Amino acid sequence: MARTIIPFGPQHPVLPEPVHLDLVVEDEKVVEARPSIGFIHRGLEKLVEKKDYQEFTYIAERICGICSFIHGQTYCQAVETIMNLPVPPRAHYLRTIWGEFSRLHSHLLWLGLMADALGFESLFMHSWRVRERVLKIIEATTGGRVIFGTCKVGGVRRDIGPEAAADILKELDGIESDMREITRVFLKDRSVKDRMCGVGVLTKEEAYELGCVGPTLRASGVSQDMRQLGYAAFHELRFEPVTRTDGDSYARCAVRCGELFQSVDLIRQAFARLPGGDIAVKVTGNPNGEHIARTEQPRGEVVYHLKANGTKNLQRFRVRTPTFANLPALLKVLQGCELADVPVLVLTIDPCISCTER
Amino acid sequence: MGYFTLTRLALKWALSKPVTTRYPFEPRQPVPGSRGELAFTKESCVYCNICAKKCPTGALVVNRAGKRWAIDRLLCIQCGCCVESCPKKSLSLTPSHGTIAITKDREWF
Ligand code: SF4
Ligand code: SF4
Repeated sequence: MARTIIPFGPQHPVLPEPVHLDLVVEDEKVVEARPSIGFIHRGLEKLVEKKDYQEFTYIAERICGICSFIHGQTYCQAVETIMNLPVPPRAHYLRTIWGEFSRLHSHLLWLGLMADALGFESLFMHSWRVRERVLKIIEATTGGRVIFGTCKVGGVRRDIGPEAAADILKELDGIESDMREITRVFLKDRSVKDRMCGVGVLTKEEAYELGCVGPTLRASGVSQDMRQLGYAAFHELRFEPVTRTDGDSYARCAVRCGELFQSVDLIRQAFARLPGGDIAVKVTGNPNGEHIARTEQPRGEVVYHLKANGTKNLQRFRVRTPTFANLPALLKVLQGCELADVPVLVLTIDPCISCTER
Repeated sequence: MGYFTLTRLALKWALSKPVTTRYPFEPRQPVPGSRGELAFTKESCVYCNICAKKCPTGALVVNRAGKRWAIDRLLCIQCGCCVESCPKKSLSLTPSHGTIAITKDREWF
């Protein structure tokens, strides 16, 4: 049969991310997908030469617009490890709380986009309605909606008082019941299941060998979550990675739905154990050394490599973002799929091309 | 397998008030604690230049001799570094977004 190449992206009506794929199709079946990325390279890694290591926190946060807080947190953790800073425990707990709020809003955003890709407009609206409640909490506690700006080298810049904490926990109950209503539709509805069950299956071995991270990996049955490394306050909180064994699009959706409630539980645990004391330490001097930091973002594991030589500018800065690790898996699941399933499959790895290209 | 699983949610929201506001007609209430426009109090400022040194984007210019303070609103990222470092508490971040910058000039005070 004759082969045709159908270009997909970088601008595409369902996918708000500038990834370009050349889809080689036979009839309606995709035989091969060839990616090309690099449309929005911003040269952020090079900027370490211009901005000093404290100012660079703001740039690290702007690598990604959705997992912004965890990017800033990873950067600060790396610098703090190099400089051996005794970060107060309260700062660690506050970072954990904000990190989990950022996971909540990221997963709710993804659920909405998924519903949109499936053509389920009203479910999209409902997901984003709940996300807005999370964003309100984030804006009231940090001052920003998606760029939190509260993480700094040595601690955090804002505190959450006891009254605010009580209000947040009350609002969280409402958010949780709202999330139960919408995740029920994602997990039970016939029209959603028809589009996702058995589509884009990735076996446990394939997921592991292709080096997947985050929900994509856990949906295939590998129980790996960087939060188990115990950074920030995670070593004192109890949680089990959410896993599924089917490895299809539905499993990836179910893992993210499960992680919503896991995050709510982690926020409650963190508030219950929130220690008193300072929220930041004074930072003097410049970093000198090298460190690799790993954290779990909503999309998976992010790796930061920092190299400093004792001056106020870092020598080298490098990021491996989760989407970059998940792209080989995407190309694998696209092989042999129906053309109509392509947007859904691309979305199931939760692509964030802007941070992949930095 | 479920059918019509959204019906309950749809009915509930068909009968309740919309969560969205009719924006241009109903003004948006700023969320307390939000980081919005940077406000400057001329009376207490001693033109020490600390804020301009601390600003990560270089949005501020202080002229000590002429007793002038300026901000490039398009460069400011509302991070609050200058607010934390000002010894005279002359700076603050208001919760509302303020007006839109329409020129690329600095605003001088
Ligand atoms: S730091 Fe405060 S007192 Fe000093 S120049 Fe800036 S606004 Fe004025
Ligand atoms: S808020 Fe931040 S970016 Fe804006 S002027 Fe102050 S220090 Fe500079």
